[in-house]
Amino acid sequence: MKYMLMIYNDEEKVRAIPKEDANKMMPAYVAYTEALKKAGILLGGDRLQFSSNATTVQIRDGKTKVLNGPYAEAKEQLGGYYLIDVPDMDSALSWASRCPGASSGTIEVRPIWSMQ
Amino acid sequence: MTAGQDDRLGHAAAEAVARRSYGKLVAFLAARTRDVAAAEDALSDAFAAALADWPKQGIPRQPEAWLLAVARRKAVDAMRRRRTSDAAASELRMMAEEMESNLASEAEIPDERLALMFACAHPAIDPAIRAPLILQTVLGFDAATVASAFLVAPSTMGQRLVRAKQKIAQAGIPFRLPERADLPERLDAVLSAIYATFTEGWSDPAGTEARRRNLAEEGIWLGRLVASLLPGEPEALGLLALMLYAEARRQARRDAHGAYVPLGEQDTGRWDTDLIAEAEALLHAASAMGALGRYQLEAAIQSAHVVRRLTGRADWHAIARLYDALFSLTQSPVVAINRAVAIAETDGPAAGLEQLDMLSQDPRLVDYQPYWAARADLLAHTGANAEADRAYEVAIGLESDPAVRRFLEQRRTGIRGQ
Repeated sequence: MKYMLMIYNDEEKVRAIPKEDANKMMPAYVAYTEALKKAGILLGGDRLQFSSNATTVQIRDGKTKVLNGPYAEAKEQLGGYYLIDVPDMDSALSWASRCPGASSGTIEVRPIWSMQ
Repeated sequence: MTAGQDDRLGHAAAEAVARRSYGKLVAFLAARTRDVAAAEDALSDAFAAALADWPKQGIPRQPEAWLLAVARRKAVDAMRRRRTSDAAASELRMMAEEMESNLASEAEIPDERLALMFACAHPAIDPAIRAPLILQTVLGFDAATVASAFLVAPSTMGQRLVRAKQKIAQAGIPFRLPERADLPERLDAVLSAIYATFTEGWSDPAGTEARRRNLAEEGIWLGRLVASLLPGEPEALGLLALMLYAEARRQARRDAHGAYVPLGEQDTGRWDTDLIAEAEALLHAASAMGALGRYQLEAAIQSAHVVRRLTGRADWHAIARLYDALFSLTQSPVVAINRAVAIAETDGPAAGLEQLDMLSQDPRLVDYQPYWAARADLLAHTGANAEADRAYEVAIGLESDPAVRRFLEQRRTGIRGQ
């Protein structure tokens, strides 16, 4: 089954991390991504820019509204994701727990809608 | 025994067998298809037929084969009508055909009920719905019955059950025993769902609501099932022991006039010695496995209480020590209250009160009846009658069981007379 691991983080805290500490996080993500690849389960994944760079689009009554900022104000924002293919929820949860983001933020594990 | 009683017993026995066989088939189908709702659909007509038929005709020699044969006929009918074929229905047809080709194979339907319970109590499932889900899928209770047992509106309960089953089917929740590393925590979720089932039933001491009383029995039955399928897990044995100790005292909780009798004043002659003996043996076996846990400790506390039937007095020193251990494990304020009561027995009411005072800042205890009842009792024993009176008033106001309310009112009147 396919699952999306969505990495949520408090951006204010992420911004406040000193540069040298932030650099230490990178190898952890590189190693994690490598492990997902070696296990043959990685379908995709990326880090997202901060939500201050987000723009939202809505069409209401035929009018397009483009607004600055993310859709919802929340304490934690979506900062990146991995798309993986594993046998079941337990396996997805165990991969989510290894994600470096789990120790500072929250990983939401969502099954992908399957068309069958 | 009257003929009517005989009938009711026959009915209950048939119903019990129907539920066990049904649960085994649902578990087997669901484990293969991951679709609990479809497995229930496939078998529901057969189950309803069994509940109607067996009490009158007697229990068939091979109940699972009987259910499968009926279910297969219904599934074939339904498939003709709808021209659909879902996975559960076709699995069911295969099973029925296998069974018919080899009538002796009934014993070979693998028992997947434990896997089903682990799926129902998976961490991805809302803890509040785990026990109801197990009752529905493993024992076949309808949503309305489960709702009334857990004091939830039937429509709300129905919705939550549907959603949980959808999640199991769609989110890929596995039907198998968890990995060794996850087993203790996952097993704990299964055990606490079973214990919740038992305590819901236990909370109807007058035995006026058949459904809730039944729930205590179903909890014990599920506890027996898990203990028999995981005989090497000490906490599974510990939970079963705990429930049996409690069940052994069911009759003694009320006197002949229906008045509440606290544990320390119960007539030990009304305790069920067979159940106590079984509980003691289980606890003994569990403790030999060398992995202490919450349920074993709680069962050991029960054991130290029921020793009163032999020695005339509960072993309060042991009880205090066991509550100490339980508190360091759970940090629960409820455990701390019980520990304070035990300390009052060993070191006097003032020492117990001192312990309770340390809890008085905990906001969770403001509306927790046992805290106020314990406080009132200890205050009365130290002669602080005015304070005891106020504590009794709070405890009475928080109690929902009329018999306990009357008991507390009597105690309150008692200190007023002094």
